[in-house]
Amino acid sequence: MAELIKVGMADYKVGRAPAIIISYGLGSCIGVSLYDPQAKVGGLLHIMLPDSKQSRSSENPAKFADTGVPLLLRDVLKLGASKSRLVAKMAGGAQMFAFAKATDIMRVGARNAEAVKKLLKELNIPILAEDTGANYGRTVQINLENGVYTVKTMVKGEKEI
Amino acid sequence: MSDDILELTPVQMDALREIGNVGAGNSATALSQIINHRIDMNVPKVSIVPLGDVPDMVGGPEAVVVGVFLRVYGSAPGNILFLLPAKSAFLLVDMLMGKKRGETKNLDFMDESALMEIGNILAGAYLNALFNLTKLSLLPSIPALAVDMAGAILNVVLIQLGQMGDHALVIETQFNADEGDIKGHFFLVPDPGSLDTILAAVGMGS
Repeated sequence: MAELIKVGMADYKVGRAPAIIISYGLGSCIGVSLYDPQAKVGGLLHIMLPDSKQSRSSENPAKFADTGVPLLLRDVLKLGASKSRLVAKMAGGAQMFAFAKATDIMRVGARNAEAVKKLLKELNIPILAEDTGANYGRTVQINLENGVYTVKTMVKGEKEI
Repeated sequence: MSDDILELTPVQMDALREIGNVGAGNSATALSQIINHRIDMNVPKVSIVPLGDVPDMVGGPEAVVVGVFLRVYGSAPGNILFLLPAKSAFLLVDMLMGKKRGETKNLDFMDESALMEIGNILAGAYLNALFNLTKLSLLPSIPALAVDMAGAILNVVLIQLGQMGDHALVIETQFNADEGDIKGHFFLVPDPGSLDTILAAVGMGS
C-alpha cells in the first residue's frame, strides 16, 4: 500500500513515489500540486487566501498563495525535483454559499485561483490541469507514482485531472 | 497583534461561555416550540483552536453535513453557522414538513427553504439573547444553505479569521432532539475585532 500523506488547511507536504498526498474537504481553498514526472517527486499545498500582504498576520506562510507556492517549490527542489520538469495541477476555489451580493470575502475562491495562476506563470511552471470554481467541496490527492491528480466531490463524483 | 485570542483570561472565557449559554438556550427553546419536541443542549464549549482543527469538531472535513450560514452585522460582526449531519437534517425536515419519519432522503427546494428558516429563527433567538445581555445590536443576514463536506463549508467562516491569525475562537453548542437522533452544532464565530466589543459590553474588557 502506498503511503498516504495528509495535508491540513494552510499546510503543505512533499514526498516521493509511491506516496500519495491528500487534502480533505476544500471549499474556497485551493490544493496546488507540483510534480516532477522523471524524479517522481512532488508536493501538495492547501492555501486559504490569495495574498499575505493583505493580511494582518502572516505567521504561517503556507496559508497564502503568494508565500505558500515558493515554499512548496523550495521543498520539492530539495527532494531532488528539477524546476524545468515541474508541472502544476490545481483544484478548489469554490464559492460555497451563494449570496445575491457577493462581497470580496465571498469571492475568495476565485481570487485564490487567480493568485495561484499568476504566481505559477511568474515561476514559469505550466499548469497541466485545473478544476476550480463552482459551489461544491473537493477532496484532492496527487499520486506521486504517476502524477495523477484526483478530485473527489459529493455532488459530482470523482475525476482525474 | 495577531492572535489576541490566545491571551484571553479564564474569567473572560467564562463570560463568553455564559454568553453562549444564554444565546443557545434561547435558540433551543425556539426550536423546541417549532418541532414540538424536547431539545437537550450541552453546556457551550468555548474553544480556541488552530484553524485546521475546526472541521474535526463536527466529524472530520469529509463528513457530509448541511450548513446554514448567516453573517452577523452590527456592532460586533461575525458569522453564525448551524451544522447538521445530513441524516439529522433529513429527520428534522420530516418533522417540519409533516412527513413520515425517514421519508426524506434528499433535500428539495422546499426542504432547503424550511431548514434555512430554522437557521434564521435560531440565529434570531441567539442574537436576541445576546442583545439582552450585552445591549449590542446584532442583525443576521438572510441565510444561505449548502449540503457538502464539513471542511468545505467551514472554510467560509474560517477565511476571515485566516486574515488575522491562525486560531479561531468558537462558541459551540450541541443540540439533541428525538432521543439523540437529531444532532446539530451551532457555531458563533466572532470576527477578530468583535471579541473586545463583546467582552467590554459585559464588563470584561481588557
